[in-house]
Amino acid sequence: MINRLFPSNNPFRPSASTLIGTYALLGFWTLVVLFPLYWLFVTSFKTPADVNNGPLYIPFVDFQPSLGTWNDLLVVQQNFVLRPYINTFISAGIAAFLALIIGAAASYALSRFEYRPKPAVIFMFALCVGLAALLVSQGLHWSLAVIIALAIFLLLANTIGRRFKGSMGNSDIAFWLISQRMLPPVATIIPIYIIFQQLSLLNTHAGMILVYTAVHLPLVIWFMRDYFSGIPLELEESAFIDGASRYTVLWRIVLPLSLPGLIATFLIVLIFAWNEYTFALFLTGAETQTMPLLVAAQNATRGPQWWNISVLVTLMVVPLLAMAFILERYIAKGILVGAVKG
Amino acid sequence: MATASETATRKNIDNSAPERPIAERFGSWLDAASPTVLLMPTVLVVLLLSIFPLIASLYSALARFQLQQGGFAISFVGFANFNKLLFGSEARKTLGRVGELPAWSWIVIGLFVVLMLYFLYQHINRNRVGAFSSVGKTISFGMGVFWRVLTGIIATFLVFLLVGGLYSDRGIPGTIAVTLVFVIGSVALQYTIGLILALLLTQDIPGKRFFRIIFLLPMMITPVGIGFLFRMLTNTTVGPLGPVWQAAGLAQFSMLEDGSGARLAIIIGDVWQWVPFSFIILLAALEGVSRETIEAARVDGASRWQLFRFIIVPEIVPVSTTVILIRMIETFKIIDVPNALTGGGPGTATESLTLHAFNNWRAIDYGLSAAISYILLFIVTYVAMVFVNIVRRRVLEAFA
Repeated sequence: MINRLFPSNNPFRPSASTLIGTYALLGFWTLVVLFPLYWLFVTSFKTPADVNNGPLYIPFVDFQPSLGTWNDLLVVQQNFVLRPYINTFISAGIAAFLALIIGAAASYALSRFEYRPKPAVIFMFALCVGLAALLVSQGLHWSLAVIIALAIFLLLANTIGRRFKGSMGNSDIAFWLISQRMLPPVATIIPIYIIFQQLSLLNTHAGMILVYTAVHLPLVIWFMRDYFSGIPLELEESAFIDGASRYTVLWRIVLPLSLPGLIATFLIVLIFAWNEYTFALFLTGAETQTMPLLVAAQNATRGPQWWNISVLVTLMVVPLLAMAFILERYIAKGILVGAVKG
Repeated sequence: MATASETATRKNIDNSAPERPIAERFGSWLDAASPTVLLMPTVLVVLLLSIFPLIASLYSALARFQLQQGGFAISFVGFANFNKLLFGSEARKTLGRVGELPAWSWIVIGLFVVLMLYFLYQHINRNRVGAFSSVGKTISFGMGVFWRVLTGIIATFLVFLLVGGLYSDRGIPGTIAVTLVFVIGSVALQYTIGLILALLLTQDIPGKRFFRIIFLLPMMITPVGIGFLFRMLTNTTVGPLGPVWQAAGLAQFSMLEDGSGARLAIIIGDVWQWVPFSFIILLAALEGVSRETIEAARVDGASRWQLFRFIIVPEIVPVSTTVILIRMIETFKIIDVPNALTGGGPGTATESLTLHAFNNWRAIDYGLSAAISYILLFIVTYVAMVFVNIVRRRVLEAFA
């Protein structure tokens, strides 16, 4: 309507000269983005000799593309590649799903209930963790130490803890959860390594899934908290009047309404988990190795095996390409806007 | 709140009707407990896998870790690991070497100190305490000054490390300075490029969707892959830009064998990958600016600059600070790209703090590794706090 009234005055439809400048810049960046990808793709069809003979740009013109590397990795050494690929799917996929469920539940709770955690209780908890650590260092078995510390904590929290008045609010909890993203992986990885060793979770899918879930929870809470706040309360309230429980409302009303946000968050978490390297490096072994590690392993003593790397990275990107399309859809619909407001 | 009273009435019903079947009672108990049930899993996971390891890691930073037959032995050594990193044999690697500083760098550092002193003066001026002020007020004033002085000293020290390592005669940046270079260079570039692209793509132009999808692609690639990809691209003989290097007479030159060249290569790789992140978030924020508002301002005769300054900027400044904060935090943790692209070399020219910690971990010096990650955590927290409390606040006051 406005377009028709002020055709020349629409600030969203640039003039001819602006349009040329815009396309020049956009075209330049498209080139910057696509050329490395093109090079990656093309290199995967080169033989080692082609790569080492200097830059060859165009298949069929500069060199004869060969399926040698693809054949080598996908047929000859099939298990060598297939297993990490499946491992990555399992670890990243399940972890993204779990992080989404747990994190969405928490973000919903944070946007609907009021929590009043007491600093005194938190302090007591930290004290009990310290106590457990002390007991372990004195030679007590860890499971016993945990039980003792937990018992003392519950006792303290229910007696002395109740007397303290000062409390924090929801935004403190949310900030605390989101700030976990600040921890550098190396700061937590050695204790996790030791815990997993004790629980024999090292080199298992369960361990990787657990770690990836924990690492990506802050992202889910960051995105979903504001998304849930944006959903009107009236619908839920009328359901409560009809006698529905909190879980029914969450499952039947809130989740369907927030499906787009959930999908977008899931995809972002999946991308992060899929490409994760540091934790996988420390915590996986031969059976649970993920793709980023396999890529890194191609840097052999004879130098990087460019052809192998290209094939592996291409294989890793393909499933994610579809996500670029879906994500763009959601951005266009303005779904991520809530999350970025602050 | 309506929800709270709802839960309360539920409880009353529960108490007045104890003869109901167990399943139903359990159901209503579960319903009343829903705040706990929904939040607890997250809290437990974070406690178990972030907080507890963090505390345990502090202990191992203060200990020496020795592998023995059938296990390991931990002995408490106090601050020995930190001492080694900051003053002892590892100090050259962590802090770098600062040689003869050129005159201009003293001016830069001097200006920085003057700026810090000015902020302090402003603060003291704003919160004057007289001789007869209450004790509490004086103490809180003293604490405020103390924290500001401490913050200023740390900031000046970091600037000194950065300038001294990079520009002094025969200076070598330590892992702290290298990490700072990555963070500053990479975040500044990716934010600027992301913002430009987002601004361009909020216009109604044909092919909008195509560009948006293309621009998202680099984020989908694993950082290790990016490291190798850019190692391939920066190769002067077999890389695609080989002929360009040769034409420039630089065929013998390798970008990755020069300290600043290698750092630049890593920054380029990281920027290439993470422009999409700034781009999508800023695009989302720009799409959120109401078109009606812009139309109305247009009709009222606002110029292009005024539109940008008074409608778009206030809308995107809060988002921008969030994006910059997140990307800074993430870039501080950079390891995959330098590890694959340069392996931390030449020398330690591209060794980030995380890579430094990882190398010590690989050498089974867990105590030192944990100490490095604590130094990193300290710097990240420090920078994030300064950014949120000082930079973000001032920027928001000025623009939003």
